[in-house]
Amino acid sequence: MLIHKKSDVIPSEITSKENFENRRTIIKAAGASLLSASGIVTGLFNNNANAAISKQKINAYLKSKYGADEKLTPYDDVTTYNNYYEFGTSKSDPAVESRLFKPSPWTVSIEGAVKKNKQIGMDDILKLAPLEERIYRMRCVEGWSMVIPWIGLPLSKLIQWAEPTANAKYVEFVSLADELMMPGARVPVLDWPYIEGLRMDEAMNPLTIMAVGLYGEVLPNQNGAPMRLVVPWKYGFKGAKAIVKIRFSETMPKTAWVKAGPREYGFYANVNPNVDHPRWTQSSERRIGGGLFTRRIKTQMFNGYVEEVGQLYSGMDLSKNF
Amino acid sequence: MGWNDALGANPVEFVERSTGTWALVFLLITLSMTPMKQWFSLSAFNQHRRMFGLYMFFYACLHILTYSWLDHWFDYIEISKDIIKHPFVLVGFTAFMFSIPLAATSTNAMMRRLGGRWKVLHQLVYVIAVLAILHFLWLVKKDHTEPLVYTGVFILLIALRIAYKYRRFIQTHV
Repeated sequence: MLIHKKSDVIPSEITSKENFENRRTIIKAAGASLLSASGIVTGLFNNNANAAISKQKINAYLKSKYGADEKLTPYDDVTTYNNYYEFGTSKSDPAVESRLFKPSPWTVSIEGAVKKNKQIGMDDILKLAPLEERIYRMRCVEGWSMVIPWIGLPLSKLIQWAEPTANAKYVEFVSLADELMMPGARVPVLDWPYIEGLRMDEAMNPLTIMAVGLYGEVLPNQNGAPMRLVVPWKYGFKGAKAIVKIRFSETMPKTAWVKAGPREYGFYANVNPNVDHPRWTQSSERRIGGGLFTRRIKTQMFNGYVEEVGQLYSGMDLSKNF
Repeated sequence: MGWNDALGANPVEFVERSTGTWALVFLLITLSMTPMKQWFSLSAFNQHRRMFGLYMFFYACLHILTYSWLDHWFDYIEISKDIIKHPFVLVGFTAFMFSIPLAATSTNAMMRRLGGRWKVLHQLVYVIAVLAILHFLWLVKKDHTEPLVYTGVFILLIALRIAYKYRRFIQTHV
């Protein structure tokens, strides 16, 4: 038996085809602009999407003697626990928010006290010296540390190529602050772009490297791709990420964290268990990867690199030049 | 240990942060009972005020336990240095100390014994709230959004009390 029940919907309520199509367009446009303009959408994707980003192996690199006896911090911790405010202030933000970041093509500008201003592409930087693996301790000013197998080249090789003049007393590193690809750079938590700096002798020290990879792979976006500074005897914030400009100068650069809190962060920022921070204990540190019941370990002077860099600071009052 | 992963790369920090956050949340819930009664006559909630206060104390205890055990392994010299040298630790520690007498006098028997003085003593909860919020604000490195949200809620709860008193005053005197 067929039952002809009268429809509950009155004709005036039915959406016309034209209206319906219009709404579709509006919804689609809203969705697209949300995707491109905010990057918030990326935060909704499952963490497993990470696996979709192809991990590129670095084929040829030399092993080095540094830190061969250290126990490495697990890859997942190194790539998910990051301070990289251009991608958000929470440590879990960068791994998620950096997925749309494009680290190539990439050029670095060389400026300031140099023979001639010039630019260099990533490919040419990689030809300046053979890549080598450096296993370094990394101590964060917040009281935690990691052991990371970086792959990179000595910064001194890049500086030699840059040909600084006799006036160059300091090197300044400027990071990218692209509001489109870096959602955190739209928020004025720091004075963007991120700026870091080194004294020339610190920059030329053989320990100082430009890292382009870790764990045998091309540097992940959240760790500072395509190229970041690694200065193992200084607190982690000295390691500027995604460097786009290197400037040589006669005067000490005004670095991002010194501008943000001059009483808390110094230009030198050498790891020093004897100089305390207003917030964090600097005499001990928590090694990441240990789990809930692992004790803190003692922090070492210059993060354990006294032999290599101690002489750089002889005669300096390190409690004043912190 | 399988659950290390679930707690992230720095599990001690995670537990320390979560217990602290819950203590602060329960403190603000406790403080919202009086305005709820005053403005919406929701006195049903008010009878749970004591329990909410004790939940706050419970989480504060877990917080202190995490700090002194998992973070510092009862190294009292290190802990006392940390308290003296770092203002955020000092105010947090003070807030916890102030909450001990409040928890201890939370029973009906103690309320009867103290009489009028009970109310005076328990005004300390406002001092604890200010210290707890300072503890959070000073702990944060740069992005103060989260502690400022708690500050806003606290200010709102105080404003509601003042507004209520003012309204009562107008009603009875004008």
